[in-house]
Amino acid sequence: MSMTDTLIETPADVQQMNMIQAINSAMDVMMDRDPTVVVMGEDVGFFGGVFRATAGLQAKHGKNRVFDTPITECGIIGVAVGMGAYGLRPVPEIQFADYIYPALDQLVSEAARLRYRSAGEFIAPMTVRSPFGGGIFGGQTHSQSPEGIFTHCSGIKTVIPSTPYDAKGLLIAAIEDNDPTIFFEPKRIYNGPFDGHYDTPAKSWAGHADAQVPAGYYRIPLGKARIAREGQALTILCYGTMVHVVENTVAAHGVDAEIIDLRSLVPLDIDTIEESVRKTGRCLIVHEATRTSGFGAELLAQVQERCFYHLEAPIERVTGFDTPYPHSLEWAYFPGPVRIREAINKIMKD
Amino acid sequence: MSDPIGSGVTEGQAGRNLPPLRLHVPEPPARPGESADFTHFDIPAADAAPRPDETAQPGDMRDLAYGLVRVLDEDGAAVGAWNPKLPPETHLRMLRYMALTRAFDARMFRAQRQGKTSFYMKSTGEEAVSIGAALALARDDMCFPSYRQQGILLARDWPLVDMMNQIYSNTGDRLKGRQLPIMYSAREAGFFSISGNLTTQYPQAVGWAMASAARGDTRIAATWCGEGSTAEGDFHSACTFASVYRAPVIMNVVNNQWAISSFSGFAGAEATTFAARAVGYGIAGLRVDGNDILAVYAATRWAADRARANGGPTLIEHFTYRVEGHSTSDDPTAYRSAEESSLWPLGDPIARLKAHCITLGIWDEDRHAAMDKELAELVRDAAREAEKNGILGHGLHHPMESMFEDVFEEMPWHLKEQQQQMLDEWKAAGL
Ligand SMILES: Cc1ncc(C[n+]2csc(CCOP(=O)(O)OP(=O)(O)O)c2C)c(N)n1
Ligand SMILES: [Mg+2]
Repeated sequence: MSMTDTLIETPADVQQMNMIQAINSAMDVMMDRDPTVVVMGEDVGFFGGVFRATAGLQAKHGKNRVFDTPITECGIIGVAVGMGAYGLRPVPEIQFADYIYPALDQLVSEAARLRYRSAGEFIAPMTVRSPFGGGIFGGQTHSQSPEGIFTHCSGIKTVIPSTPYDAKGLLIAAIEDNDPTIFFEPKRIYNGPFDGHYDTPAKSWAGHADAQVPAGYYRIPLGKARIAREGQALTILCYGTMVHVVENTVAAHGVDAEIIDLRSLVPLDIDTIEESVRKTGRCLIVHEATRTSGFGAELLAQVQERCFYHLEAPIERVTGFDTPYPHSLEWAYFPGPVRIREAINKIMKD
Repeated sequence: MSDPIGSGVTEGQAGRNLPPLRLHVPEPPARPGESADFTHFDIPAADAAPRPDETAQPGDMRDLAYGLVRVLDEDGAAVGAWNPKLPPETHLRMLRYMALTRAFDARMFRAQRQGKTSFYMKSTGEEAVSIGAALALARDDMCFPSYRQQGILLARDWPLVDMMNQIYSNTGDRLKGRQLPIMYSAREAGFFSISGNLTTQYPQAVGWAMASAARGDTRIAATWCGEGSTAEGDFHSACTFASVYRAPVIMNVVNNQWAISSFSGFAGAEATTFAARAVGYGIAGLRVDGNDILAVYAATRWAADRARANGGPTLIEHFTYRVEGHSTSDDPTAYRSAEESSLWPLGDPIARLKAHCITLGIWDEDRHAAMDKELAELVRDAAREAEKNGILGHGLHHPMESMFEDVFEEMPWHLKEQQQQMLDEWKAAGL
């Protein structure tokens, strides 16, 4: 597979969109194409979601297909399993990833295993959208990155976009996918890419190449990484907000890094990773989630197993610290440019 | 297809020409631009609700879960069986604490708008729920609040500056800047650490109460959640435990009719009351006029006496109205009628108690205005004091290495390593 795998059915007009608009457009396009797609969650109906990601969808597609739910995450996902069993394709929203835990039983024990335990008789073709990650002074209950919990349990896909273009194409692919998918939306970059410097004015997506989004249908296959920057000196594996922080840090540093935006953690594009690390011989892994048993540990193991004889330096990880996300010390916690630069220097030392 | 094995299972529906099923999705009575209408809301007379003995069987008092416990009538008189007949000074304390809560909210909301902190949540219109309960409970009863019961801390005379330090996440913050503003914790005030995750405090309160009972203590627990939050599984787990173990706990549902943009119909209010949840669990249930502080006080007192007499739990629904937005992050005119709050027929809790006090001859407009002025100055001075310890994002915060403390009682090697790494890196970067 190559980067031209992106399927564009109709080269419809391209529009400037931020990530929220792109996500909204993905749901809208899918609801137009497929009458079984339904959108539900806390405040997603009339109001259009606390981040406005579902704005206008209820007015257009009706209350039978876009509706508010009671505040029970376990209920939302349980109901989505039942709707999937009927034959619908639910797209539930969990208002913040930090509030997904009450739904864990329905996700981990039910949605993720339904196909397996019924030998394919029943499936759970749901896409669970949820804003995740920090950088908005949200404190410990509006900042977490729990992707590692889901990548650890078999039967569930985990997808994380880093641009409006990818967000739409990946969300469409996730909705079309017959397996349950967690679609974590990096809320810090909803409105613009974030370079890691919290004390400089926020940027918007306006004028950004990856904010040029086709208005119609296209999809980006799940399990295909994107090379955000080609380079020879080292490979940096990252996803979500951290792609932008890494890009900016690399540009400031001057190192010729190859930056791989994983886009999907499960399934993982291991070929692209392997090829890159074999080429560069060095590897840095960056994520915002806590370190211990984080997805970086899996990436590190994979690279070590597959590329050991090509490595010229130990693999490094820059991650969130193993503490809850602190409110006032958010920017000391956030694995920003300082820490990424230090790690690059360490890997490139000899 | 007919049933081949005669198991009595219904035949398939195909070809039977049945009417199509319909999905009911609730819709609030009024949206933006529409006029609010509360005429469907039938307010029982202020003296209508009977007051059973504290030892009543839940099955003998079910009507109270569907009615409305009230004390203050339309003329500002205290009437009926629930009238707690409090002394004048208690009325004035109630009035002062409610006004203090409102003044505090006004100041801190403004501080957020001025960029001094990240977030704030007001309790405007709901002050009676916290203050009435706090004054009816004993000072050492344990409270497990949601994020909208700041009034409990104020009524327990917790220092304003301490609360503001938490809101500013500054060097004076006893929670070391770790929590989102208003997620207080004050053990000495019998105020449990607030969680951002809805309704988690409900079973915790029941557990505290069970422990108190198991140890032969005399203290009881009380907890609060919003009506929207009653949908969470934790609410129902709590009710089951409370019922099974007859836990000495008061479970308060603050029905302010809105959960961010979702009206109470999405928590089941079209079908029944929130107090009626108690009926199914075999718990005593009271539905109370939450804007009538005397009714809140009386109901809480009844439930507390019941719990102390080993009569078990009580679920109290406080019927009120969320006058302001959900928090500093939303604009309610985007999803509800702008008229609603002014038309809410149960009025404003401060105005109602004030009218009652004036009727009693213990209060007047001038004294009220003077009190409001004094309280505004009090919170202003407290805010100035707190701001000396810093405001969010302006350098004055707990030291960076404190981030690693309290994850565990003793810091394991990996956290020590991460702590050192952070300090080294920031030093190397010249920060
Ligand atoms: C488990 C969980 N899910 C969702 C949220 C997001 N959220 C915060 S407040 C709120 C509405 C709660 O409404 P209600 O219980 O009526 O309380 P009120 O705000 O009216 O006091 C929601 C959905 C959360 N904090 N925790
Ligand atoms: Mg509410």
